[in-house]
Amino acid sequence: MLGRLSWAAIPFNEPLPLITAAAIAVVIAAVLFTVTVKGWWPYLWREWLTSVDHKRIGVMYVVLGLVMLLRGFSDAIMMRTQQAIAIGGAPGYLPPDHYDQIFSAHGTIMIFFVAMPLVIGLMNFAVPLQLGVRDVAFPVLNSVSLWLTATGALLINVSLVIGNFARTGWMGYPPLSELAFSPDVGVDYYLWSLQISGLGTLLTGINFVTTILKMRAPGMTYFRMPVFCWTALAANLLIVAAFPVLTATFVMLLLDRYLGMHFFTNDGGGNQMMYVNLFWAWGHPEVYILILPAFGVFSEVVATFSGKGLFSYRSMVWATLGICILSFMVWLHHFFTMGAGANVNAFFGIMSSIIAVPTGVKVFNWLFTMFRGRIVFRTPMLFAVGFIVTFVIGGLTGVLLAVPPADFVLHNSTFLVAHFHNVIIGGVVFGALAGINYWFPKAFGFTLNERLGHASFWCWLIGFYLAFMPLYALGLMGMTRRLEHIPEPSWQPLLLVAEAGAIVIFCGILCQIAQLYVSIRTRQQHRDLTGDPWNGRTLEWSTASPPPAYNYAVLPRVETVDAFWQMKRAGRRAAEHAHEAIEMPRNSPAGFITAFFAVVMGFSLIWQIWWLAILGFLAAATMVLIAGWSTEREYAISAAEVAQMEGGRLEQRA
Amino acid sequence: MINSTAIMLVVVVPVIVATLAFAWWYRASNNHAVRDLDESYEGRVEFVVWSIPALTVILLGGVIWLGSHQLDPRAPIPGKTRPLRVDVVALNWKWLFIYPDHGVAAVNQLTIPAKTPVEFRLTSATVMNSFFVPQLGSQIYTMGGMTTHLNLLADAPGEYAGFSANYSGEGFSWMRFVVKSVPAGDFSGWIEQTREAGSALDDSSYAELAKPSKDVPPVTYRLVEPKLFERIIDQTASGPGNSAVGGAWCPPARQAGG
Repeated sequence: MLGRLSWAAIPFNEPLPLITAAAIAVVIAAVLFTVTVKGWWPYLWREWLTSVDHKRIGVMYVVLGLVMLLRGFSDAIMMRTQQAIAIGGAPGYLPPDHYDQIFSAHGTIMIFFVAMPLVIGLMNFAVPLQLGVRDVAFPVLNSVSLWLTATGALLINVSLVIGNFARTGWMGYPPLSELAFSPDVGVDYYLWSLQISGLGTLLTGINFVTTILKMRAPGMTYFRMPVFCWTALAANLLIVAAFPVLTATFVMLLLDRYLGMHFFTNDGGGNQMMYVNLFWAWGHPEVYILILPAFGVFSEVVATFSGKGLFSYRSMVWATLGICILSFMVWLHHFFTMGAGANVNAFFGIMSSIIAVPTGVKVFNWLFTMFRGRIVFRTPMLFAVGFIVTFVIGGLTGVLLAVPPADFVLHNSTFLVAHFHNVIIGGVVFGALAGINYWFPKAFGFTLNERLGHASFWCWLIGFYLAFMPLYALGLMGMTRRLEHIPEPSWQPLLLVAEAGAIVIFCGILCQIAQLYVSIRTRQQHRDLTGDPWNGRTLEWSTASPPPAYNYAVLPRVETVDAFWQMKRAGRRAAEHAHEAIEMPRNSPAGFITAFFAVVMGFSLIWQIWWLAILGFLAAATMVLIAGWSTEREYAISAAEVAQMEGGRLEQRA
Repeated sequence: MINSTAIMLVVVVPVIVATLAFAWWYRASNNHAVRDLDESYEGRVEFVVWSIPALTVILLGGVIWLGSHQLDPRAPIPGKTRPLRVDVVALNWKWLFIYPDHGVAAVNQLTIPAKTPVEFRLTSATVMNSFFVPQLGSQIYTMGGMTTHLNLLADAPGEYAGFSANYSGEGFSWMRFVVKSVPAGDFSGWIEQTREAGSALDDSSYAELAKPSKDVPPVTYRLVEPKLFERIIDQTASGPGNSAVGGAWCPPARQAGG
């Protein structure tokens, strides 16, 4: 009846996850209680949970990413603590069974449920606004994507209490992830949560490629698109091309685990290296799915806060597209040590270092954008400068790792760990934080507190260097990654420094929470009535903050790059007369309900409760079909209403 | 590695300095800065912007090509003495070293003669691991049903730490061994000694050894079943209980990098 599920699935003998789970349960109960008592449910349901507005969906993605950042970060600090004390004779405070789950969950969560939602959230929020359009191509599908991603995140958190998570590392290499070596539900949690959220990501990719290719404001040719839209296009093309590879690979591993097949097993003609190749055929493009939009954010931020147009827009675009294509030709550098021949290794080593060319061009272009500019150091710009300095160090160590003979001694060491945290924290996370600070006033109509923003920046920057420079050094000294116990007592001082760095980053996160709290409390002083708090250059700053549901009462007419900048220069304002009725997509509960059944299905597949899995699948599929066949998808905002809203805005401004 | 670091530093350091300098000098409050807010393209700068990384990468590409070939783990190391052959098997969670030419074996302890090239064949009887002795050079994966090759040379006698550099489950942190590099004379002495003491490594004692265990102290075996390494590969590729029929329907064991 309940498959593999029984009371034994709850780890009553391990206090740590239980206490954590209890604390989370209390917080969730408190939130639900408040929402119920205050009677916010109808509002939440109407305005958020069923919303198909790209701006709302973007905000919800970012909220999901930030909440999961807390989870992923607590894993990080637990690992750092274990490594700082489990040295020599000391066993530390975590048994291997638990520690191995933590580092696996940390990687999985940070990539799939922090970095991805943050990046996709920013694209959701900004891309249609920058393109000068009213929504994405498929608004309901967009909501389905969001809630499927949330489903994956939820399933991973369920594994904390019911059953366990994978102990295979976030890449889930077989044969360790095969039934023979991981017979329990951990790997199944990993696989199903990523399959479900991966479907959501793929749908996002299709949605955004369509939106950018087919829906742009009148006059916005490809070479008049803001650079962030270009990077979003590149990232979504990569999603469409790469995510099916991951899904297919996981399907094969699932067939091995559920039906006893032999794709990746040691025996029966399986080949584990096929998984490793396929995984990185997705995995390397994934790196660029994350970093390209971050590059886009920095391009916008550097240009805006230097008061100058981006230096050499065209080479920025070509560099982006170059990276997009090259990213598919370097996957083997993740495993030079499998023993391929010198020619193969040399080829992939050279291809990997070639990626440094377009990336280097981008860095120089940002540099020359700042040159002779008027630089205003608001929080997003601080993150941008911190990013350039930090990222080139990550680039240096990356090129080093691309040299096969160097990789043969640095592979899987903490040098590698430091390298990818260097580019992901210094690149993607800084980019996301810059983007949040940059677009927050557009989303909510008031700017974020600058003092706390600066404080969080300095904590993140200093914390990053403290946490990861020691790992570079330890890697050179021969420390390998994923050690639950440290064999070499002389490494302890550096590990303690790394722990201190993690604590400083934690202060940065606290500053951000405080920043949000203080900014909301003092929002009246920081209202942005102009819609253009930074003296921006792209179209999103031409509409109100927050923008009305329809974004633009009249679609802007675009004649150049930096369209809004040109409009301001020419003294041209968006047309303020002759409002017409606007058709907007209706809210739809399809995404939320589909995801609810996807949770049921995922959970029952993990525990092999077959009847419930079939029911969950049928219900989710039915929901999608109903949504697909519905005819009443739009509602009209009458010309009078539009005129009233626009008029109100002008009044406010005056 | 030193070369490539130096090449990269030549570019990276000026970039960092320039970033900080530009950010400081062109701050909005600096009245001395010369500004040009309309400039967003300049052909000559553009040319330089593409050439610097391109030239750097051409240089690096050469370093990578040469380095990959010179330091290929499979390339035999030239030496006056005949290389010593050692077969390595990764087990849960310990290392088995077989000396096929001498008929002895050891667990978690690799004794080799100094100044003599060592030719390794490696496999895993379990999940993937990576054989790594940082002080001697490259690491290489060990994979079930497959063979990889590695050549190392210890310049001087001494003791070096070795371990698995690819996470392999619960006992991974304890999957360590010691490399004892000894003068050539001492090595033949060690072989003699080993042949006289301890137990033999036959099918039943191998089955016992293959059971998961961690933090295993070094052990030596005086006699090893011939072709044990090949049999372990076949056994892993045909699966538990299938060894009898294995050969009939399984494709032959793959030779990675063979």
